[in-house]
Amino acid sequence: MSDDVTTISTPIRLDYTYTAGVAASRFLTSVAEGRLIGQRCPQCAKVYIPPRGGCPTCGVATEEEVQVADRGTVTTFCIVNIPFPGQAIRPPFVAASVLLDGADIAIFHLLQEVDVADARMGMRVEAVWAPRDEWQPSMESIRYFRPTGEPDAAYDTYKEHL
Amino acid sequence: MADSPRVLTAPHVLEYPYTRSVGPILGRFFGGLRDRRIFGIGARDGRVIVPPQEFDPLTAEALDEFVEVGSAGVVTTWAWVREPRTHQPLTHAFAWALIRLDGADTAMLHAVDAGDESAMRTGMRVTARWRDETQGDIHDIVCFDPEIATTAGGGH
Amino acid sequence: MARAGRRDVAVVAFAQTAYVRSESERNEVEMLMPVIAEAIERSGIPRSDIGFTVSGSCDYLAGQPFAFVNALDAVGAWPPIRESHVEMDGAWALYEAWVRLQCGDIDSALVYAFGKSSLGEIRDVMTLQLDPYCVAPLTPDSISIAALQARALLDSGRYSEHDFAAVAVRNRRDAKSNAAAQVSGDFDTDTLLAEPYIVSPLRMHDCPPISDGAAVIVLAAGDLATRASSRQAWITGIDHRIEAQPLGARDLTQSPSTTLAAEHAGAHDAAIDVAELHAPFAHQELILRDALRLDDGVRINPSGGALAANAMMVAGLARVGEAAQRIIGGEAHRALAHATAGPCLQQNLVCVMSAEAG
Repeated sequence: MSDDVTTISTPIRLDYTYTAGVAASRFLTSVAEGRLIGQRCPQCAKVYIPPRGGCPTCGVATEEEVQVADRGTVTTFCIVNIPFPGQAIRPPFVAASVLLDGADIAIFHLLQEVDVADARMGMRVEAVWAPRDEWQPSMESIRYFRPTGEPDAAYDTYKEHL
Repeated sequence: MADSPRVLTAPHVLEYPYTRSVGPILGRFFGGLRDRRIFGIGARDGRVIVPPQEFDPLTAEALDEFVEVGSAGVVTTWAWVREPRTHQPLTHAFAWALIRLDGADTAMLHAVDAGDESAMRTGMRVTARWRDETQGDIHDIVCFDPEIATTAGGGH
Repeated sequence: MARAGRRDVAVVAFAQTAYVRSESERNEVEMLMPVIAEAIERSGIPRSDIGFTVSGSCDYLAGQPFAFVNALDAVGAWPPIRESHVEMDGAWALYEAWVRLQCGDIDSALVYAFGKSSLGEIRDVMTLQLDPYCVAPLTPDSISIAALQARALLDSGRYSEHDFAAVAVRNRRDAKSNAAAQVSGDFDTDTLLAEPYIVSPLRMHDCPPISDGAAVIVLAAGDLATRASSRQAWITGIDHRIEAQPLGARDLTQSPSTTLAAEHAGAHDAAIDVAELHAPFAHQELILRDALRLDDGVRINPSGGALAANAMMVAGLARVGEAAQRIIGGEAHRALAHATAGPCLQQNLVCVMSAEAG
């Protein structure tokens, strides 16, 4: 008889309908309108963005909406050097955590219009939005963040948000 | 607060190609299917397990004595599918069945192309229908067909 | 399960969502948060005093790896908490919490379970729990698998399709008094039996509803249980057993793992008033009743059971909660809760509770 089989191919596929939930839907709908909306915790007063309907440290529901600025401070970053499938931008490029003015946690986005070697913690950055007619319920409505040219933010202003 | 916007949804597909290493025990089983033969394995108490298992279900010892079983056997239970779902073995109505092949002491799951629910009964004999070009996986058995009685009284 | 030197642990609070076919607006965290808050408030134990948090859920319901981690937003994990998770029905999370409380260094545990089956095709999701080499590639869906067991039970001569329908009718009638139930009402057996099969011999009424929902239980040990709450459901025994994986190697008409788990949990040490059985398919209630040797004196599934609401990963924990609630509410003195996992009742957990400790 022929040799034993060593491997079998067993592909799987499952189709889902992902639901963003109430808080995330409000957030994404606001992004499509050019606004960044977080939620403030009634207990600890922290502003979370993107909002999740609850405060992850207090475990209570969050409802108060707070608009945060579309500019802020780079709290940390990494330089992506490795190409991977589906990559929209050729490496090397900078992925950054940006603490938007008014928020208590950072969001992730791209940092462009800057040499990767110049990326640094504390850099002040602003959003570069897509053309208005391309705004959609997605963080892709913001193309990337770029330096504002302001002096770097002092470490003390963001050290609690690392 | 503004009126609640509609809740956003998006389609999401979870899809993986998966290639699985089968090991030597199932490797022999799938190699057998490729040759249009079915191998079970002997447990310590003498029972023949199909499909083969790596370890004895009662003593947990490693098993290694292959036993060839027939490609026909008896339906031990079944269920009739009026509307097959995507990727199920047949695209027209069929039966799932646990089938105890001749020489085996356990039953294996597969499909029976009985044509109509009225043709299905526990205890009926079925025989494997092989794929034209076997590849060494469970689909080498396309399905089972009701065995046609060849002699008077050979049926049930 | 050895009972010598065991710490007394009780269910002191239970809360659950109203189960629905689709939680179309809220995501898992939003669905879970009010239920956790309700259970903690009912327990009388401050959130910050909870010693251990453990959840049961399945990432395959959402189709996202580590989806369960998001649920921690609903718990409030700061300062850092002792936390665990099982990719199983929350009843097994409760078992882990019970074991953890035996260590003696903490006195309370928060157990929660959640799931939104509406996000995917649950019949096909469940296929992936089967043997990935010889069975899953044929893609038998969960109703087909259950139907094989139902047919075997009919072939045994012990029960009929009429008996299956009678189970469905009774559960859904009793569910009328359960505010959380999804499917309830008065149905006629003959009318149901005239309906077509989904996968024979199962008809729609034999099958569980598809449900989104969450359930939460707070456990407390020893003195805390009596201080925190005036009524408790003491867990006098809890055990779980699993059978062989291949369907063709099992007698699908029996549930020896349930029988064994019940023995080790001391189920038959005294009379049982109420039994909440996690039987997603009508025929399975009959198999379980036999395996547990429950006679007509036992009230089975006053909540309506899994035929009234079956949130995956939640329904087993909900059985524990419903049974506990009967004791806490004074309707029952001793109750048995059962939970199942795997195809055709492969794995079974039995939790025995009493109005009195140990």
